[in-house]
Amino acid sequence: MINVRNLQKSYQDTPVLHGIDFCVDKGEFFGIIGPNGSGKSTLLKIISGVIKADAGDILLQEKKLHSYPRKELAKILAVLEQEGLPPVGFRVREVLEMGRFPYQNWLGEEKQDVASLIDEIVQMLGLEHLEERTLDQLSGGEKQRVALGKALIQRPQVLLLDEPTTYLDIGYQIQLMDIVRKWQKTTQVTVIAVLHDLNLASLYCDRILMLHRGKQISVGAPKDILQSDRIEAVYGTRPIVMEHPVHHLPQIILQSQV
Amino acid sequence: MKKRLFIWGGVSCLVLLASIVISISMGAAQLPISQVWLILLHQIPGLSEWITVTWPESSEQIVMKVRFPRVVLAVLIGACLSLAGAGFQGVLRNPLADPFTMGVASGSAVGAAFLILFGLQITFLGAWSTPVVAFLTGLLSLWIVLGLANTQGKLQTETLILSGVVVQAFLGSLVSFMVSLSDQTVNEIVFWLMGSLSFRGWAFTYVLIPYLVIGGMVLVSYARSLNLFALGERQAAHLGVHVDRTKLVVLVVSTLLTAAAVSIAGIIGFVGLVVPHLVRLLVGPDHRILLPMSAICGGIYVLWADTLARMLLSPTEIPLGVVTAFLGAPFFAYLLKQNKRFRKR
Repeated sequence: MINVRNLQKSYQDTPVLHGIDFCVDKGEFFGIIGPNGSGKSTLLKIISGVIKADAGDILLQEKKLHSYPRKELAKILAVLEQEGLPPVGFRVREVLEMGRFPYQNWLGEEKQDVASLIDEIVQMLGLEHLEERTLDQLSGGEKQRVALGKALIQRPQVLLLDEPTTYLDIGYQIQLMDIVRKWQKTTQVTVIAVLHDLNLASLYCDRILMLHRGKQISVGAPKDILQSDRIEAVYGTRPIVMEHPVHHLPQIILQSQV
Repeated sequence: MKKRLFIWGGVSCLVLLASIVISISMGAAQLPISQVWLILLHQIPGLSEWITVTWPESSEQIVMKVRFPRVVLAVLIGACLSLAGAGFQGVLRNPLADPFTMGVASGSAVGAAFLILFGLQITFLGAWSTPVVAFLTGLLSLWIVLGLANTQGKLQTETLILSGVVVQAFLGSLVSFMVSLSDQTVNEIVFWLMGSLSFRGWAFTYVLIPYLVIGGMVLVSYARSLNLFALGERQAAHLGVHVDRTKLVVLVVSTLLTAAAVSIAGIIGFVGLVVPHLVRLLVGPDHRILLPMSAICGGIYVLWADTLARMLLSPTEIPLGVVTAFLGAPFFAYLLKQNKRFRKR
C-alpha cells in the first residue's frame, strides 16, 4: 500500500530524517514510535504530503505520492491530528460534512447521497446527541471524536494518526483507538499511527517502526521492538517489560531512577 | 444551508431595497416615499408604460441625477469593503483583520495625498486622476507586503499581518509628512482621508460594479475552502485544499475590492472590520452565507451612514469615515459586552 524508500529530510542543514525505508501493507495497523525530536511527526507530515522530502520516494498504491493532485490524495488519505479541532462556531454536522470536500465539485455538490453516510458514522461514534452543538461547546474528547468522524467521512484507504490520544484521558484513549481498530477490521483500511504511548502502540499495532534521532532503529512486531535494552538505548530510561495477562502483548512499567 | 441562505438573503435584500428608497426620499427637498418608488419603477424598461407620470420633472431630476447614484455608490462601497473584510478575516483567521490590513488604505492615501499636495488632481486624467493613482499606489503597497511576507513561496499568516502593519506605518508617516508640508491644502488631503461620497456620478458606480460582481463570485467560490481554513490550515490541506493558492487568491481579490472602493470614496474605516463580525453573530461562521450577507449588510450600513453624513448637519456634510466609526464603534462595543459566544471567539 505504502512504500517508503530511502527518505531524507533536513531543516536548514540539520538532518531530521535519513535512510528511512519501510513498507506498509494494505489493512495493516502500523505504529511509529520514538522519543521527542526523533522525527516521527516530520515523517508523518511527509507521508501526508504536507511537506516534501529532500530525497527518496514515497509510493502510494505504486504511484509516487506527489503525482496525486491534492483532492485525489485527500480521497485516499485522511489525517487525524493531535490537537483535534479549534473551538469555532461550526455545528458538529457541518464539520462532518466538510469531510466530503474532496468529493464535491465547485458548487459543493456531489453525486452520492451523503446524509446516510454521515448518519452511519454519527451512530458509530455515538455523536447523535451532539450533532446540533457547535464545536466550542464540546469537550476535548468529544472534539477528537468529531475530528475522527470527519476523517472517516473522507472514506480514506489510509488513515494517518498523529498522536491522536495526547490530550485524552485513559477512557477516551481506549475508546478512540477501539473505534479505529474496529472500523479498520471491517473496511480493511491501512492505519499509520504516530504514538507516544508505548503500551497503546503494543496493544493496537501489528508492526512498529522505532525512530531515534531521525534514523530507523528497527521495524517489527511489538514483542520484538518493545524490549528493555532497546528502549533504554533510545529513550534513556530502563523500563520493566511484562506480558499483558489478557492480550499477551508486551507492556512496559516505568521505574524511577532515584 | 440553502434554505438559510435564501431566508437571510431575502430578508436582507428587502431591508436594502427599503433603505434605498427611504434614503432617496430624504434630503433638502423631502420627497414622498411613494413618489420615489414610482420614479424608480418608471426607469425599468417594461414597466414605464404602466406608470403615469404624476410627479414634477424636478423630482425625477433630483432622484435620478443626484440621490440615486450616490445611494447606489454607497451600497457598492459598503459591499466591497465588507466583502473584503470577510475575506481577510477568513483567510488570515484573525478577528482584527480588516480591508486595510494589507496596507492598501495607506498606499492609496499616499498616491492621493501626493496628487493633492502638488495640485495635480485633474491634470492627466481629469476627475479620474485621483482614483486611478490611488488604486495603483494601493496595489503597489499590496505587492510590497506580499513580497515582504513571502518566504520560499510560502505565506505565513503571522508574517503577513506583521508586514501589513509595517508597510502601513511607513506609508502612514509619508502621508502625515505630506499633510504637514501643505499649509493651504491641508483640509483637502485630510478630507480625502476621511472619506466622502459627494459629487460622484454614475461613472464611478459603473467602475465599481465589475469589481464587486467578479470579486464577489471569486470569493464565494472559495467559501467552502475558507470554512476549512477555520479548522486550521493543516486540516484544510489534509482535506485537499490548496492552502497557499487559496490564500493568495483571496488576499489579492479582497485587496482589489478594497483598493477600488478606497480610490473612489477615500478611507472609510470600521465597515470592513465590524460588518463581517455582526453578520457572523447573526448567521454563524459558514462563509457560504457569511460572504454574500456581509456584502448586503455592508451596503445597508454604509448607505445609512452616508445618509446621516449628508443629513445631520445639512447643508454641511460630515465626512463619511467619521460617521461609520462613530456609529460602529459603540455598537460593536455593546455587542462585545453582550454576547457570550462572541467573547469566546
